[in-house]
Amino acid sequence: MLYRENGQFKSSYAADQQIFPIVQDRWAILGIVAFAFAAVPLLANEYLLSAILVPFLILALAALGVNLLVGYCGQITLGAGAFMAVGAYAAYNFFIRVDGMPLLAALLLGGLTAAAVGIVFGVPSLRVRGLYLAVATLAAQFLADWAFLRIKWFTNDSPSGSVSVANLHVLGWKIDSPVDRYLLCLAVLVVFALLAKNMVRSAIGRQWMAIRDMDVAAEVIGIRPMFAKLSAFAVSSFIVGVAGALWGFIHLSSWEPAAFSVDRSFQLLFMVIIGGMGSIMGSFFGAAFIVVLPIFLNQFLPWLGGLVGLAVSTATVSHAEFMIFGVLIVFFLIVEPHGLARLWSIGKEKLRLWPFPH
Amino acid sequence: MGRTIGEVVLDLNNVSLSFGGVKALSDISFDVREHEVRAIIGPNGAGKSSMLNVINGVYRPQEGEIVLRGEHFSRMSPYKAAQSGIARTFQHIALFKGMSVLDNIMTGRTLKMKSNLVQQAFRLGPAWREELEHRAKVEEIIDFLEIQHIRKTPVGRLPYGLQKRVDLGRALAMEPQILLLDEPMAGMNVEEKQDMSRFILDVNDQLGTTIVLIEHDMGVVMDISDRVVVLDYGKKIGDGTPDEVRSNEEVISAYLGASH
Repeated sequence: MLYRENGQFKSSYAADQQIFPIVQDRWAILGIVAFAFAAVPLLANEYLLSAILVPFLILALAALGVNLLVGYCGQITLGAGAFMAVGAYAAYNFFIRVDGMPLLAALLLGGLTAAAVGIVFGVPSLRVRGLYLAVATLAAQFLADWAFLRIKWFTNDSPSGSVSVANLHVLGWKIDSPVDRYLLCLAVLVVFALLAKNMVRSAIGRQWMAIRDMDVAAEVIGIRPMFAKLSAFAVSSFIVGVAGALWGFIHLSSWEPAAFSVDRSFQLLFMVIIGGMGSIMGSFFGAAFIVVLPIFLNQFLPWLGGLVGLAVSTATVSHAEFMIFGVLIVFFLIVEPHGLARLWSIGKEKLRLWPFPH
Repeated sequence: MGRTIGEVVLDLNNVSLSFGGVKALSDISFDVREHEVRAIIGPNGAGKSSMLNVINGVYRPQEGEIVLRGEHFSRMSPYKAAQSGIARTFQHIALFKGMSVLDNIMTGRTLKMKSNLVQQAFRLGPAWREELEHRAKVEEIIDFLEIQHIRKTPVGRLPYGLQKRVDLGRALAMEPQILLLDEPMAGMNVEEKQDMSRFILDVNDQLGTTIVLIEHDMGVVMDISDRVVVLDYGKKIGDGTPDEVRSNEEVISAYLGASH
């Protein structure tokens, strides 16, 4: 079937305001989600699930949270790793300290705690912006690094700050095998992506974007910058916090503060920039790019070397990986500063008119 | 015209504004009556835009007060102004560039939307209904401004004249009682100016909106405004009907230069 919207007439505003107004898009997304839920667990092996797909899903969720703040509200943050850490450790504390605390509730409470911390660290955004705000949010990162290493209460008095969880259940479903982990992360991601999409196409999303694009005009219309910015910090930190809790509970199952270092914050910011600021889809593209590309290069380079009769050592691969990765990032920023999501939408625009572009 | 000019709705008393040592406005008083078109004119740097910024709270004057329908404000805030039914457009287009025309105008409805964040995230009944109701209102404005064909276009891609129109649309979406227009016709060709004048007069006539207008095109100002206030170097040098202002010696010398 061609990618056409001929004959798809909208006769109500409700029909015009769907997430995917084009029928083909709706089916494609439904197909992808169905494939991800039903087929992937059967097709993928254990390595693919637990080393690639689960990290991809969780980091995509975190990137989604960061994108709401950076891409939609225009408030740059380098504290995403800290909010992940807060989410993870708060969920951990709720989980072990409250008897019979269900896993999902612990994850959500972790997210809420991260949201509260996010609001506190969002307060500087009311006065400073741009690079200065980035530095102010970096403070969150250092504070979190310090707090989870030094304040023993947070880590249940474990000497190294390392904590672990076991015996995870969701509504009677035991989260044990890689497939279980994958399905749980996928379900959480789908739900949050839908909620995020609803927010950005509602009044609150428009307020965020208005603040991003022209804050004086936004204020004159009656948008309160304080509410818009702090709500963006809260929602973003909530999602990032849930992602952090998933990262700890589901992906690592035992972790220490270094899992949420400043590197993680940078990584998430890069995902958003490469994937596409102000695009839900872009968060997924960015996460896929950053998670999958190094693994792909890792496999691809030795094969390429073998092709020309060159034995490529592991060390060379990891050096080359860094270099190629860096070059690709620079390339993308120059060729398409709006990220992979923009390339995607340009492709779709072209496809709508293909093969008669005039 | 079907409108009748009513009582004073907005009264500025002895407003002075300075930035450091620079006096942008000194001791300015004038009033705006309900349903009228009130123009502010003056040479570049006369303080016209500062005047609008004082009225809607972007700038805080050091002295003087604003009386809005009997309520006294020594310091207005943009939020308070928006709540009291004051909307404005900008001299240098201040649209939300990354958003579509539709979304830009929808943001103008912010103060009228009551659903909360959670309702919006889950697309619950109240949020969903509200979104559709306001969409219908916004479509009326889109029809009025004749921009149906570009409603889904990001405003950054539009030509200047249309962007100005969207700017007006966003202000109209607030259903303001007082509309402040900062050079709505700057940089337009004659045809675009005619269109814009028509929109302004229609808003004034059909909706009864009071309009405070800054404009450089004297032909337009003299044609569409009921009363004109003239500023020069932050001082008021003239105030009255277009005919009175046109024959005011001081105004003529400010615009044409005095012979010495």
